[in-house]
Amino acid sequence: MDIDFSPEELAFQLEAREFLKTKLPANIANKVKKGLHMVKDDFVTWQKILAEKGWAAVNWPVEHGGTGWTSTEKYIWSDECAAAGAPDVVSFGMKMVAPVIYSYGNEEQKQRFLPDILNSNVWWCQGYSEPNAGSDLASLKTTAVQDGDDYIINGTKTWTTMGHFADWVFCLVRTGAADAKNQSSISFVLVDMKTPGITVSPIYLLDEQREVNEVHFDNVRVPIANRIGEENKGWTYAKVLLTHERTGIARVSWSKQALLSVKAKASQVSESGESLMDNAIFANKVAELEIDLLALEYTELRTLAAVSTGKAPGPESSILKIKGSEIAQMIDELKMEVAANYSLPFIPEQFSEDFDGTYIGPEGAANTAPLYFNHRKTTIYGGSNEVQKNIICKAVLGL
Amino acid sequence: MNFSHSEEQQMLRDSIAKFVQNDYDFDSRCSIVASEQGFSAEHWALFAELGWLMVPFTEADGGLGGSAVDLTLVMEELGRGIVVEPYLANTVLAGGAISLAGDAAQKETLLGEIMAGSHQFALAYAEPNNRYSLDDIKTQAKQAGQQYTLTGTKAVVINGQAADKFIVSAKLNDGVSLFLVESEAAVKSSYRTIDGARAADVSFTDAPAQLLGAEGQGLQALQQTINRAIIAVCAEAVGAMSVALEKTVEYSKTRVQFGVPISKFQALQHRMADMFVEQQQAKSIVMMAAMACDSGQGVAKAVAAAKSRVGKAARLIGQEAVQIHGGIGVTDELDLGHYFKRLTAIELMFGGTDYHTQKFASAS
Repeated sequence: MDIDFSPEELAFQLEAREFLKTKLPANIANKVKKGLHMVKDDFVTWQKILAEKGWAAVNWPVEHGGTGWTSTEKYIWSDECAAAGAPDVVSFGMKMVAPVIYSYGNEEQKQRFLPDILNSNVWWCQGYSEPNAGSDLASLKTTAVQDGDDYIINGTKTWTTMGHFADWVFCLVRTGAADAKNQSSISFVLVDMKTPGITVSPIYLLDEQREVNEVHFDNVRVPIANRIGEENKGWTYAKVLLTHERTGIARVSWSKQALLSVKAKASQVSESGESLMDNAIFANKVAELEIDLLALEYTELRTLAAVSTGKAPGPESSILKIKGSEIAQMIDELKMEVAANYSLPFIPEQFSEDFDGTYIGPEGAANTAPLYFNHRKTTIYGGSNEVQKNIICKAVLGL
Repeated sequence: MNFSHSEEQQMLRDSIAKFVQNDYDFDSRCSIVASEQGFSAEHWALFAELGWLMVPFTEADGGLGGSAVDLTLVMEELGRGIVVEPYLANTVLAGGAISLAGDAAQKETLLGEIMAGSHQFALAYAEPNNRYSLDDIKTQAKQAGQQYTLTGTKAVVINGQAADKFIVSAKLNDGVSLFLVESEAAVKSSYRTIDGARAADVSFTDAPAQLLGAEGQGLQALQQTINRAIIAVCAEAVGAMSVALEKTVEYSKTRVQFGVPISKFQALQHRMADMFVEQQQAKSIVMMAAMACDSGQGVAKAVAAAKSRVGKAARLIGQEAVQIHGGIGVTDELDLGHYFKRLTAIELMFGGTDYHTQKFASAS
């Protein structure tokens, strides 16, 4: 064990930093740093730049276009991205469906789908949750009934993040009678969003932004060739995908940046001559969060190191989901506290790039509460934190 | 000590509860929030007609008695409906400041307008560069003979967008005084707030102003006014958190996952029990603070205790209500999230939980 970076790792850090400095478009970094609303094009532009460099698919195997980075290099990259204000790589294609395709898809599927994901030519979304299948995902009711060489899909998927941008959706569908455990009759199917019978309707979250959707399938005809792996084995593939989703979910690098920003802003505001950072109670809360984040950082590094030696991320990845989401939410609370009275205005238009009205409050202050509201989703999605605790109870503690 | 309510108090509470029940369902509230004015003039006229706008004022001022306990009854019921009509801004904030600082003639005119519901008022005291301090302000008053003018900017003035008249704190000869400024003399930047209400940043440049009462009395009047406002919003929070809890319990009984209603899971049952305990603790401390306020003993400490304790309860109940609802809890279409938003706003206004915990520790 060695806490220091090797000379090679330091060289990589410099390379990454230089790349971000020269290639990350300034307007995109500005939006990320100021919390302005992102549009589809921002993500695509950045991901195409990454693809050109060969750095888009951090976790993929090298033969499919992955970086081949060690866990330390991935960690360095993530930190540098957060510090530079690079947008998150949209996970649905790159981090969710791609691992399922390269792990369980056939050759034709790999060749058909992976290059377009790698180069961000196709935007993916996730068709997992349903109105009545949330935490109990396996109770999903969307059906795929065989008709010749096709499936006919009927049902409703929900919480489809950025589904209104998507070209394709990966879905869990029921392809047989549900058994006692519900899990053995589920298949994993890829669907072109342009297929007749699909409608996408918006769901507005508490910050009034359109981020998620309901996706309705009304007799949607999909070639059986679009199924990944075997029929009725989709649950197994989906579980693998979910553990991949969870490892990215800790967002340690982003929380580190957010805490730095909290500290900088808190030292600029004062009450009766005392800066907020000099207030012992506030400073203590910040310190406690920093310490917890530091522990999480090393928990994540341990997990990543295990994955890089060939193991799939195990149920321990639930720790990353639980702590990562909780810490990020607590940072949101601190941000509101720093903003004080200016946490109250609700002015979403002020956070779009082309806003030209009178800006209310210190920079970002009026966005603190909307982000706090929005981020309540993080302890709910990706398997709610309650589900994560169930996983730890069952799979780790053997309860 | 006496914890029971009089017949009049019960009637007051029932009449507001009935209004919320019959005239303030979530869809109606959404329409009001989305309307240009941001509140219903019709409801406002009704509030005046039913005497609700008179509740916070003493009989000497033409009101119904003005006890803090009465005020908490009103606010708790308004909180149950997350009513956005600017009750607090008019009666408790502006009205409170006028009743404490104004001279007899000012009180008669201005409080008369508030109680009749004929004019909209707002108290402009916070500033862009301070947090919750009431006297660390930059707005400056200048005197020329009997006339005053104000120059400065006020931050997040609740109901500022609708106000015809502002009560404004300003420095005059090193002390804080309160002034009345007509809205024509103010420049407003109006906006919505996170809880569906409205506010404005308001700036004054040599704005003609009328001194409220005597010079230098502003700070004390402001402190007392904010204390009452804190008790009021804390009571409102108690109402809002009761509903958030009820809705969560109800939802948990109907939401089926893993073949059973999620209310059957003990992990969730205990969390709802915790929410109940928090709500009860909040209710108790608000009652204590209101009675302390009416007795005049240890008010500052009692108010700090209430804001600290209620803030903690509001955060826990708001967050847990959303979490137990799951995805639907973070959508704008469900009423629950709007209770969460109002609880969050209450927790943030007039100083947060830790701010008041520290105030409590240092108060005598």
